[in-house]
Amino acid sequence: MIKAVMGRFSGRSHSAKPPRVGPMLAPNRIETGPDSSRGVILYLEDITVSFDGFRALNALTLYIEVGELRCIIGPNGAGKTTMMDVITGKTRPDTGSAWFGQTLDLLALTEPEIAQAGIGRKFQKPTVFEHHTVFENLELAMAGDKSVWKWLYARITPAELEHIEQVLETVRLTERRDERAGALSHGQKQWLEIGMLLIQEPQLLLVDEPVAGMTPQEVERTAELLASLAGRHSVIVVEHDMEFVRSIARQVTVLHEGSVLAQGSIDEVQSNARVREVYLGV
Amino acid sequence: MDAMTIGPRNRLIAALRADRGGQWFLAVLLATGVLAPLLNLAVPPSSALHLSSYTVTLIGKYMTYAMLAIAVDLIWGYCGILSLGHGAFFALGGYAIGMYLMREIGTRGVYGDPVLPDFMVFLNWKQLPWFWYGFNHFAFAALMVVVVPGLLALVFGFLAFRSRVSGVYLSIITQALTYALMLAFFRNDMGFGGNNGFTDFKDILGFNLQAPGTRMALFLVTVLALGGSYLLCRCIVASRAGRVIAAIRDAESRARFLGYRVESYKLWVFVFSAVLAGIAGALYVPQIGIINPSEFSPANSIEIVIWVAIGGRGTLYGAVVGALLVNYAKTYFTAALPSMWLYALGALFVLVPLFLPRGVVGAVTQLRSRMIGAGATS
Repeated sequence: MIKAVMGRFSGRSHSAKPPRVGPMLAPNRIETGPDSSRGVILYLEDITVSFDGFRALNALTLYIEVGELRCIIGPNGAGKTTMMDVITGKTRPDTGSAWFGQTLDLLALTEPEIAQAGIGRKFQKPTVFEHHTVFENLELAMAGDKSVWKWLYARITPAELEHIEQVLETVRLTERRDERAGALSHGQKQWLEIGMLLIQEPQLLLVDEPVAGMTPQEVERTAELLASLAGRHSVIVVEHDMEFVRSIARQVTVLHEGSVLAQGSIDEVQSNARVREVYLGV
Repeated sequence: MDAMTIGPRNRLIAALRADRGGQWFLAVLLATGVLAPLLNLAVPPSSALHLSSYTVTLIGKYMTYAMLAIAVDLIWGYCGILSLGHGAFFALGGYAIGMYLMREIGTRGVYGDPVLPDFMVFLNWKQLPWFWYGFNHFAFAALMVVVVPGLLALVFGFLAFRSRVSGVYLSIITQALTYALMLAFFRNDMGFGGNNGFTDFKDILGFNLQAPGTRMALFLVTVLALGGSYLLCRCIVASRAGRVIAAIRDAESRARFLGYRVESYKLWVFVFSAVLAGIAGALYVPQIGIINPSEFSPANSIEIVIWVAIGGRGTLYGAVVGALLVNYAKTYFTAALPSMWLYALGALFVLVPLFLPRGVVGAVTQLRSRMIGAGATS
């Protein structure tokens, strides 16, 4: 009763169903990563999400293989962001199932548990912690047990320090490590955010519009970076920039009105008549 | 090596080294702790340097407010939770120690009942309510000072944070919490003395509360508690958990996607802050000599937030500065121009956010860096 009343006051309206919140005082439940021995890291089957009658996802079925770099394109409102919300636990679908590997039911896990299990997400708008330094941002993002009690006493181990330095190197922010993240340029913030994803050591990375607002050189470097990640990680990239998609993608999935319209190589997709009709507008 | 890779104790030293405002505050606090007893007890009352017991009590009261302000700054300035009900935790701590002080009165009360406090005799109660048991022991009361506010914060915070109540909604329900408690404590049937609350305390641990020595001891305990709270809070905000807390303040859902259980962190800080407020209340009551339901009034809780805003939030020492400045002004105005105080407080509330968005300490820091900048260029 109290919960119901408070829930109404909290003013949330985005999720179709309220997100689950785990026990607050218990240790994190997810100790092990996904079992991907069959070569598939993510199973989305028959997922439907409606917001007040509008079907953001309509019986969406999608599989992502281990080590794959998959680009997802689609017009606005095709359900790309909602799909990411379902995978990360922000939105609960009305029907369908979502499995991470063969053993982890994503629909039964909370957002932090999903993050702990090995799914990292980069948002469309770069959201770094502006008041923390670049170094602290990476420190915050680092994989590990993140309970309050541990972190009151925890200190950075030399191994962790080295890991941070390594990621700083990868995203080319070593020289700005002690600056406040708020002072970085837009492109650098995007990179810091990719660095924050990397340092979580996720098996599956969800990257939402990584090159929005970047200069051509930055786009090129980002493409290199993402391409180098595939193989060790599975990566899902949502992007509008077709040039960029062409430069990195092996497999492209086109979403339209909440379900898969076409799938294949970029050339196959671009020559698909229906895709041209709804998305490319030709 | 880097400040982050070293142990907690050294880390506190490293954190203090970077905390200029904190160094000043602790130095002033230490000086107060040394000078006040000397000037109060060793200097004869005829001397111009004598510090009256009245002043000692006044400073002691300000220091308990400063502690309360630190508690609010931790939760608001660092974790972004605007609690407009912290006065409730302060009052609960005060009531817990007040119950002990009432039991200490014993047969010296007006009615001379060895067990029942005066107000119960007056209400014609025959026996002590169950929740008064144990309060004849100081240790039990001291435990309750921590447990009662902590438990209330735990239950309240658990329900609120679990339902993801945040922002202005949370502020409103914290106001409702303290208001509800005020109404409850006003009722005589509650067993807490109704609108008169508790007063006429005689002694604490066998020492007469009116004796200068006892007053000074309470004062020194308050000095230690204030200094200790400051160091503890500084330790927390300088820890890795402290950086997580600030991250939650700045981008809550981002922290959640990084795998932090935001609700646990918030709950932890909220409970810790409530316990600090409770201890501050427990130090306040024996020095002031009264506790009544007006301590729960919503306006009190809002005033605490004003102290922190005026001092400068998110610095800890700013909260202390704010609490001292506003309360000194309050003491001055209510004596010199009684009718003006509320206008002055209202004006502060409007003007400070407009002209000193980062509070007094923020303005001082800005002024100093500007002066250093000007010095460098000239």
